[in-house]
Order: sequence, then C-alpha cells, then structure tokens
Amino acid sequence: MPAPKERKWDELKGWKELAEISPGAIVPGVPTSPEYLTGDWRVERPIWDEDKCTHCLLCWVFCPEDAIMLNISEDGKVVKMIGIDYDYCKGCGICVRACPPKIHALEMAPEEV
Amino acid sequence: MAKRKTTRMALTGNEAMAFAMKQINPDVVAAYPITPATQIVELFSKYVADGEVDTEFVPVESEHSAMSACVGASAAGARVMTGTASQGLALMHEILYIASALRLPITMCVVNRTLSAPINIHCDHSDTMGSRDAGWIQIYTENVQEAYASTIVGVRTAEKANLPVMVTTDGFVLSHGMESLDVFDDEDVREFLGQRKPLYNVLDVDNPITVGPLDLQDYFFEHKRGQIEAMFEAKKHIYDAHREFAEFFGVELPVFMEPYRLDDAEYAIVVLGSSAGTGKEVVDDLRDEKGMKVGLLRLRIFRPFPYEELQQVLGKVKYLAVMDRADSLNTMGGPVATEIARALYHFSERPIIHSFVYGLGGRDVPPENFYEVIEKMQWIAAGNTPDRMVTYVGVRE
Repeated sequence: MPAPKERKWDELKGWKELAEISPGAIVPGVPTSPEYLTGDWRVERPIWDEDKCTHCLLCWVFCPEDAIMLNISEDGKVVKMIGIDYDYCKGCGICVRACPPKIHALEMAPEEV
Repeated sequence: MAKRKTTRMALTGNEAMAFAMKQINPDVVAAYPITPATQIVELFSKYVADGEVDTEFVPVESEHSAMSACVGASAAGARVMTGTASQGLALMHEILYIASALRLPITMCVVNRTLSAPINIHCDHSDTMGSRDAGWIQIYTENVQEAYASTIVGVRTAEKANLPVMVTTDGFVLSHGMESLDVFDDEDVREFLGQRKPLYNVLDVDNPITVGPLDLQDYFFEHKRGQIEAMFEAKKHIYDAHREFAEFFGVELPVFMEPYRLDDAEYAIVVLGSSAGTGKEVVDDLRDEKGMKVGLLRLRIFRPFPYEELQQVLGKVKYLAVMDRADSLNTMGGPVATEIARALYHFSERPIIHSFVYGLGGRDVPPENFYEVIEKMQWIAAGNTPDRMVTYVGVRE
C-alpha cells in the first residue's frame, strides 16, 4: 500500500486565512478532487493479472474513480491497460465484476495493514 | 435625514411583504405555497405575470426544492428571496444550514405558524425557533408597517453580512390582518438596495470555484469557525444596514430591540412579535393607573442574540418575565427565556428571571395574559419560589 500523503497540522491553514480565501467554504480553482487521495478508504484491493488481461477495457468503462491506468499509442489506435492507480482506487470491486468471467484478470485481495 | 416620499396604503402583512418584494425586484424567487404564507408568493407571482418585476420565478415542487433553488441562484450571484411558514420551513431545514454556511444572503419572509402535531395553521413561534441554530439572522416584526420595512432592510442586512435573513410576521395576526401603512416609491427602494455584490460567483468561468465540496476532519472546523465569526460580525452589519435605511428613507426602525417604558422599571416583560402591542397597553395601565414600575422589551432580532444590549436595558430590572410563544420541551420553558438567562448570567447585575409560555397554536393573547404574568412576578417578588422554571399562560388547567 502506498504511504498516504501526510498533511501536517502546522501546515494546514487556520480559519482566519480560510475566511479570506474561501468564504462560504468554497474552494478556489477546479478540479480539486485529484488532491484528495481516496485510496486510503480501501479495505480490499483489486489485483490485476497482466498475462490474463485481453485489454477489453470493460473495467475502465465501469470504474467510478478513473483508477484504471491506460497507455494509449501515439496514433491513438492501441489502448492498453497498464495497471491500477492505488492512490484513488477505493476498492469497490466493480472492476472485478466487470471483468469477463472467462478472462478473470482481476481479483480482490484483502488490504494489508 | 430627509424623509422620502411615502404613500398610505391598507394592506395585510402578506400583501405588504409581497409589495416589498415587488419593489425589491429580486433576480430569483423560488417558492412553494403554505398557509399562512401562501399569499406572499401568490401575489408576487402576479407581479411576475404582469411584468412588474424582472424576477425569474421558480414554482418548485416542495420547500426543500425551494430553498435548494434559492441556494443555487444565490451562489450564482443573484438577489434571491422566498417565503414560507411552519412545516414548509421545517422541510427546508437541512438546506437552511447550507445557505448560511455558503454565506448566501437569501432573504426569506416567514409567517410564523406552529408545527404539527396536532395539525394547526395558527400562530406561534415554534417554526422559526426550530431554525434558530441554522445560522440565519432572524427579525421578528410587531406590525404590518414594520414587516414591510423589515423586508427591505432585511435584504440590505443579508447582503452586508453575507448571511441569510428571515423576516417574520405572526401568522394570521399580521399576515391576514389589514393595517394602514406608508410605503416608499419603487424607485427609492431599488436605488437604496442597488446591485448585490456577491462574495463569489459559481458562474464566473474565468475564476472557477468549487462550491459545497467534501470537507472532513482536517478543515471542516476551520470553515465552520469562519461562519461563526460572520455571525459575530453580523451585529455591526445589522446596525449599519438599519442606519443606512434610516439615512436614506428618513424612517428609523428599532434595531435589535424596542424598549418600552423600561427606564426605572422594577418589573419587565420580554416578548416578540405582535403580542408586544397588547403588552404595551398593559404596561401603560399598570404604570399610569396603578403606579407600578413596569416596562416591556420587544426583542426584534433574535439571531444574532444581542446579549450586551440586553444587559444594558435589563440589568437593573429586578424581576424579569420572558414570554415565549414556543416551548423548547426542555422542562425550562421557551428558547428566549433560556437564552436571556444565559446572556444575563454573564453579568453580575441581573434580574430574577421566570419563563412564561403563551399563545400556542394561535391561542388568543388578551391583556389578561400580561396581567397574569405580572401577578406571578409579584408573587415571586414576595419571596415565593415557583415549583417549576416555567409557567403556562392562557391554557386551561
């Protein structure tokens, strides 16, 4: 499991500064979700078997977090799965269900603490 | 302060608030009808249909949606108003907190009506008292003239403080009671309010922002603390808005409270809304006919709570009766009594306080209620201790 990015207490902003830059708890700038690593919510992780994978990309279609990492050839004609972005994968298991049973290139495994 | 031109009209509270909304000409009104506030938006929708306002009127399918639409429009920089009562306000409850935390200056006309059960359409203050921790500024009005003026100054207050404002009238007593009042010219109202200057604008594509994001253990408290500070600062904005209103229109409104014959009072009554008029009559009688040192304080703004101002006017009173038209079901009486006790406990000079709950579900509030309250306070002054911290007035035992 990748080490979560530490957010040190004394580096966080105080309320007075926040009231100036984000009144009403708005966040200046978009998108902001990439800054929030949801991978640490995970209790189970999908394991990808590259040898079994046919790169049908059904997992990529269904992944709600866009955590299936792809490599796209320069001419844009060949798209291949290259792994799972564990910074954002919440371990929901949808990719495992989406993977065709005959292929079975994805499997859930308990997250190790 | 030169007085602006006024026109004398005869209007009910609902008509007066709808008329004020017409003059304000908000950008967006989203509302759902509910007794006894229905007429406000019903009349306003006629102004829309007749082309007398430029408002985008959104007839939504519930009060939850009404407040949600108001939040969206206000976050896009619009001047937004709505109206509701009772169960409708209760259905808005979760969105009320979002409006205030997003610092959106929505102005809402609320006609006070009790909450079910049993079902009842008449006046008490349990609806807005139930919203007292939602972060809204709350203005309770005594008569139709004040309801009209408070709707206008409410918009200015909201937009100065960048916090939402409720302006309330007592259901049926004011909402359906016709009074003569002086109204300003449309042009003057529009000139006074000018353009809203929003804190942020969700539709500003050059400066994109995220509104209402997830905010967890690391930052929620800091954001909430900022909102709380906005309520501390709101006091100044409330005074400024009322001063500007007085300077522009030449008409002075009481701000947080209206003291009535309190200067040397040993006994005092605190009350909100239309009942204050009856109370003043009783105070006059007790003072002028019976020589009692009695006064009354009408609390007009309940949020933010004016604890310092209250101490100044009530600190020297010996026996204080706080009359609530709502009960907190906490076995101590009404919310105003609880908060005044907390406010005055902070100071060494403070009266003996007793809570009175009256007029629930629109029960008539005759002068006898006030005489009974003063008699109870005299009984306490004679050295008696009540069994309970609250007495119920005008209910059959």
